[in-house]
Amino acid sequence: MAFVKSLPKKALGLGVLALIFSSCKLPTFGQSSGATSQAQHENHLFQAFVVAGIIVGVLVFILLIWPVIFHRRKSDEIPRQFFEHIPLELVYTIIPFIIVIGLFIATVLTENKVDAVTPNPDARVTVLAYQWGWRFEYPSGPTVYSHDVVLGQHDTYPTMVLPLGETTQITLKSLDVVHGFYVRDFNFSRYAQPGVTNVFDLTTTRAGYFIGQCTQFCGLNHDLMLFRVHVVPPSQFQQWIQTKGASL
Amino acid sequence: MTVTLDPPVITEHGHGDDHKESYGLLKWFTSTDHKVIGKSYTITSVVLFLLAGIMALLIRAQLSHPGNTFLSQQQFNEMFTMHGSLMLYLFAGPFAFGGLANIIVPLQIGAPDMAFPRLNALSYWLYLGGSITMLSGFFVAGGAADFGWVAYAPLSSAVNSPGAGPDLWILSLVLTGFSAIFTGVNLVTTIFCLRAPGMTMFRMPVFTWNMLVTGILILIAFPVLFSAMVMLYADRHLGTHVYTVAGGGSPVLWQNLFWFFGHPEVYILALPYFGIVTEILPVFSKKPIFGYKGMVFATISIAALSTSVWAHHMFTTGTVLLPFFSGMSYLIAVPTGIKFFNWIGTMWRGQIKFDTPMLFCMGFLITFLMGGITGIILASPPLDFALHDTYFVVAHFHQVLFGSAVFAGFAGLYYWYPKITGRMMHEKWGHIQFWLTFIGVSLTFIPQYILGLNGMPRRIADYAANTGWGTLNAISSIGAAVLGLSMLVMVYNFLISWLKPIPAGDNPWDAHTLEWATTSPPPHHNYVSIPPIRSERPTWDLNHPEFPKVEKTDKELVNV
Repeated sequence: MAFVKSLPKKALGLGVLALIFSSCKLPTFGQSSGATSQAQHENHLFQAFVVAGIIVGVLVFILLIWPVIFHRRKSDEIPRQFFEHIPLELVYTIIPFIIVIGLFIATVLTENKVDAVTPNPDARVTVLAYQWGWRFEYPSGPTVYSHDVVLGQHDTYPTMVLPLGETTQITLKSLDVVHGFYVRDFNFSRYAQPGVTNVFDLTTTRAGYFIGQCTQFCGLNHDLMLFRVHVVPPSQFQQWIQTKGASL
Repeated sequence: MTVTLDPPVITEHGHGDDHKESYGLLKWFTSTDHKVIGKSYTITSVVLFLLAGIMALLIRAQLSHPGNTFLSQQQFNEMFTMHGSLMLYLFAGPFAFGGLANIIVPLQIGAPDMAFPRLNALSYWLYLGGSITMLSGFFVAGGAADFGWVAYAPLSSAVNSPGAGPDLWILSLVLTGFSAIFTGVNLVTTIFCLRAPGMTMFRMPVFTWNMLVTGILILIAFPVLFSAMVMLYADRHLGTHVYTVAGGGSPVLWQNLFWFFGHPEVYILALPYFGIVTEILPVFSKKPIFGYKGMVFATISIAALSTSVWAHHMFTTGTVLLPFFSGMSYLIAVPTGIKFFNWIGTMWRGQIKFDTPMLFCMGFLITFLMGGITGIILASPPLDFALHDTYFVVAHFHQVLFGSAVFAGFAGLYYWYPKITGRMMHEKWGHIQFWLTFIGVSLTFIPQYILGLNGMPRRIADYAANTGWGTLNAISSIGAAVLGLSMLVMVYNFLISWLKPIPAGDNPWDAHTLEWATTSPPPHHNYVSIPPIRSERPTWDLNHPEFPKVEKTDKELVNV
């Protein structure tokens, strides 16, 4: 049983190491590396969780498969009848408890970065979700909205323009039912709900086009509720605002 | 609390001879015997499971490649709504607490029947009526409910989802909700009051323990669901504005009420299956449960925590206290971990034999392990922001629920089938079914994690080809087809096991708990005589007097 006892400790050590080195050269584990600074914080946390998850998962899997392979029935002899081992049970109660405290602290630290809202954003957009489309309203700028949905057509969508390297504050509302504002490369989603106004910041770090889609089921044409984010340099963004959306 | 029942009187003629029990169809319609009602529950819920499975196959067929028009959007929305509703409300719960628990719990504690046999019958008929009510939605104008099994307000309002289908759906949940509450009352009362002499609380089998805790959770959760449904109906038809902003109501209230039911419900769907696994692992390892009391305390902790984690379904609403609900959700990993390590400890240095029930338990352990670890990821709000309502979540909860309700559920069915019917299931077909199910479930759900990470939202009827989601969806659909095949094997196995019976005997597995001390199938009122109950495995003590664990206290209570 000494083998069993020492393994969780090793796993904990590895988990802590994983948390420390998570911002180094790790793969993104299938997620986007993030096109906003918030998304990058999220991806670092995701990397840490996946590494910790793989370590714990592999460890438990080995412990699970071990008796399956080595303790198969070989005779009719009755094995030793042991009922409990209180110190061992305490070990595997306390170690997971410590691990989840670590995960919780890492979560709260990242959460505070992702959810932080600045009082002085560089730009503001009001996003309105409705069945089945999006409306992006820029103060003293243009308003962009979805055209009528066409069945089977997934490539007609409105474009939300954001300035590169600057913080845009999004005010999210719904005009009817609950929708989900989600951009895969922003590693982020937030409900658009009637009666609730949600505010969050996006600090873009990469120029280009990013696809967004409604993630909360909202009725018949839910699958066609797409939009696109276009991140452009700030000068181009200002020009776009001043020309009321004519310059892009 | 120890002695609440007089020992059964042993007489010359059969105990049931004076009851004039009905036979044939009349028996199924009129019986208040827990074994008959339990069998009705099991058969009904498995039929509903197969129906919901067919709906899943239709969903997977539609999603198998981009631009598919196999189902219309309306049909697709009805399919995933009814698939989820059938699986969660009408299969996974009733199969466990109405089916297996009904049959097994009285047997395990040495009771002649449930505490309230007629209430038990009423539960079943409410359940059957509720199930037919839900399915009848397909035959009314406008079709069945199409707002997802969670029915988020205001999508579920009379304006956004008009028609009789949604009303039938609400009514169905009112009926089956009552059925569940009555079963909960019955289980808790039976376990507290009808235990045989010597069956102290800490000698109860862990399955019974888990059903006791499940019964208490039902009493906490289902009244909230019922109230939420009544208010939704009132909003739809009586002009109230509980969930509508225009009338001063709050749509978020629905989410809070629904998930206050919904998260304990998740454990109502998991704890019975944890119990089944805890029964099977020791039997096929020829060892006692490792850490019995730890197991019981873990069950109680999970249940207690499950009432304060509901808002982790609402992280992206922006209306809940994120660290609290995240922290509470993480804490559930601790008792769940204890259970996992106790299961491993039970198998450790045993003499493990891989009969079909044991194989299905292994399927549960491996599938649930993956689903559990991805659950930890989703309990972190920033990570949930990135993954919420994507296929990552779909893959997570299918691995958890499929692991429990299907792998562990069918493990229980294979394990107790000899006790219930007196016949063995065919091992060969059981093994074939296990491997098909295991391959099918892995092939179906593991690609969905990657789809979720690639940004595919759940509940979309179609997607564009340039998303690159086609290949993984195709693999997932092939996996679903394999799963469909495995269920055909199961039905075939049940049929041939019934038509070409292999006699089981009283205790074919050399099992430990009390139910294996009576005949298979058990007589009317279950026991002619009860063996001494001096530990948590009385039947083992009887069959292996050289390896007993006899507690010194309470000895004088055992006098049967």
